[in-house]
Amino acid sequence: MYKLIIKINVVGKLGRVWIAYMPTQLVWDKRFFVVFGQNASRCSKQVASPKSHGGEKLIRCLVIGSACSHSHPLPYLEKKKVYFLARSISLLSSLSFPLALSSPTNHLYSLAAMSIFEYNGSALVAMVGKNCFAIASDRRLGVQLQTVATDFQRVFKIHDRLYIGLSGLATDAQTMYQKLVFRHKLYQLREERDMKPQTFASLVSALLYEKRFGPFFCQPVIAGLGDNDEPFICTMDCLGAKELAKDFVVSGTASESLYGACESMYKPDMEPEELFETISQALLSSVDRDCLSGWGGYVLLVYAALLTPTEVQEKILKGRMD
Amino acid sequence: MECVFGLVGKGFAIVAADTSAVNSILVHKSNEDKVMVLDSHKLLGASGEPGDRVQFTEYIQKNVHLYQFRNGIPLTTAATANFTRGELATALRKNPYSVNILLAGYDKGVGPSMYYIDYIATMHKIEKGAFGYGSYFCLSMMDRLYHPDMSIEEAIDLIDKCIIEIRTRLVVAPPNFVIKIVDQDGAREYAWRESIKSPDVSMA
Repeated sequence: MYKLIIKINVVGKLGRVWIAYMPTQLVWDKRFFVVFGQNASRCSKQVASPKSHGGEKLIRCLVIGSACSHSHPLPYLEKKKVYFLARSISLLSSLSFPLALSSPTNHLYSLAAMSIFEYNGSALVAMVGKNCFAIASDRRLGVQLQTVATDFQRVFKIHDRLYIGLSGLATDAQTMYQKLVFRHKLYQLREERDMKPQTFASLVSALLYEKRFGPFFCQPVIAGLGDNDEPFICTMDCLGAKELAKDFVVSGTASESLYGACESMYKPDMEPEELFETISQALLSSVDRDCLSGWGGYVLLVYAALLTPTEVQEKILKGRMD
Repeated sequence: MECVFGLVGKGFAIVAADTSAVNSILVHKSNEDKVMVLDSHKLLGASGEPGDRVQFTEYIQKNVHLYQFRNGIPLTTAATANFTRGELATALRKNPYSVNILLAGYDKGVGPSMYYIDYIATMHKIEKGAFGYGSYFCLSMMDRLYHPDMSIEEAIDLIDKCIIEIRTRLVVAPPNFVIKIVDQDGAREYAWRESIKSPDVSMA
């Protein structure tokens, strides 16, 4: 049995029975209540009555008791044959489907409860300095516990002053990158200029939200130089919720370690050399604590120099290779 | 279990695969060719769900041929890999193919290259790679013994060592393997490593 992540909002409790409301987007387009616990079948009648759920129309009430689970059609609505369990599981598994696919190479690990974001493993961080920014990533490409490659690229260039790093599922990161490059090239043709980082962040957010009910499983980190060489960084979750920050943003399986490392090592208004050093140390120390990311680091530093156009430094870091 | 592995040497790339067609506990045949010759200078080693494997690899092969007929020039290995990845990615959220692919090819000017394409369309250019339960043994062997620019003899020796390791250590080890090579002279079958001779003569 696969562990699927079901988001249920608990709305009430009748004794030892919890009544939860499963949001519509997870199953089909009908709302229904999930009732589970002891005495569940007795409580389903109460749940079905309009006054207990604010008068909303219910199509189905699923009762999961200790003995069995069955579906109660509610009398005041038309009877429709609903294969609730099968349908919901198939829909839920389409959300986290790579784990549900019975690929012969992977079925050994179907029992492990692994989030789809931890399938490939990644670590990304971006930091702001004085008229410069740095974006860094790890280099491991893995398939759960197995390392496939140690030179995987997660940070991509959009234009000279804008870079995006994509953590999470590698296939979605590659697809997202291709979509974004396509959109940016169209923008360049129409507007005859490069996109500003803020605009690009809105574009990424919109693209991700378009797939609200079947998202791309990647979390982008965007870093760029805006007007007046003002550095801009932001991150968002897999649904496009933007988070602008003035100091640093992190993403990936090692994000918790990265938060701690960055918080302690960061200082505002760092010069490029110091920023490079800080971000490298933060990245390496964080991925050492995460088994799914690591195998070196890749740091990219962009700063707006006074006389010359923006300079870019790319360095590969050698950390613990394990 | 299905094993596909390969590596890139000096001026050539090798893909080896087991040759058992299995359905739960039953072995249908032991001479199933899982490394498809896409065109004159490309090999596609595939492992996964048998129906999907045959269907998808034939689809890719026919599209590669179509490109050549339409445009008069063959696709490069990188272009083929990106096309394959695109097909897998498009099908991913509709009706996914459960096929893992190792694509190896030789291009004039670029030399040999190998691409690892996962069943969820993760693509990466690699020097050595493996899929399946055999990967646990092959990848470690190759990490230890592989170095860039190996000669053919060294590479075949490494492949044989991997096969011996799979046969020794994997509980349901496939008995037979096929080794195919692609270099500037083209893609061709190099050898079979058989420990169980199949009774029928024709290799399907």
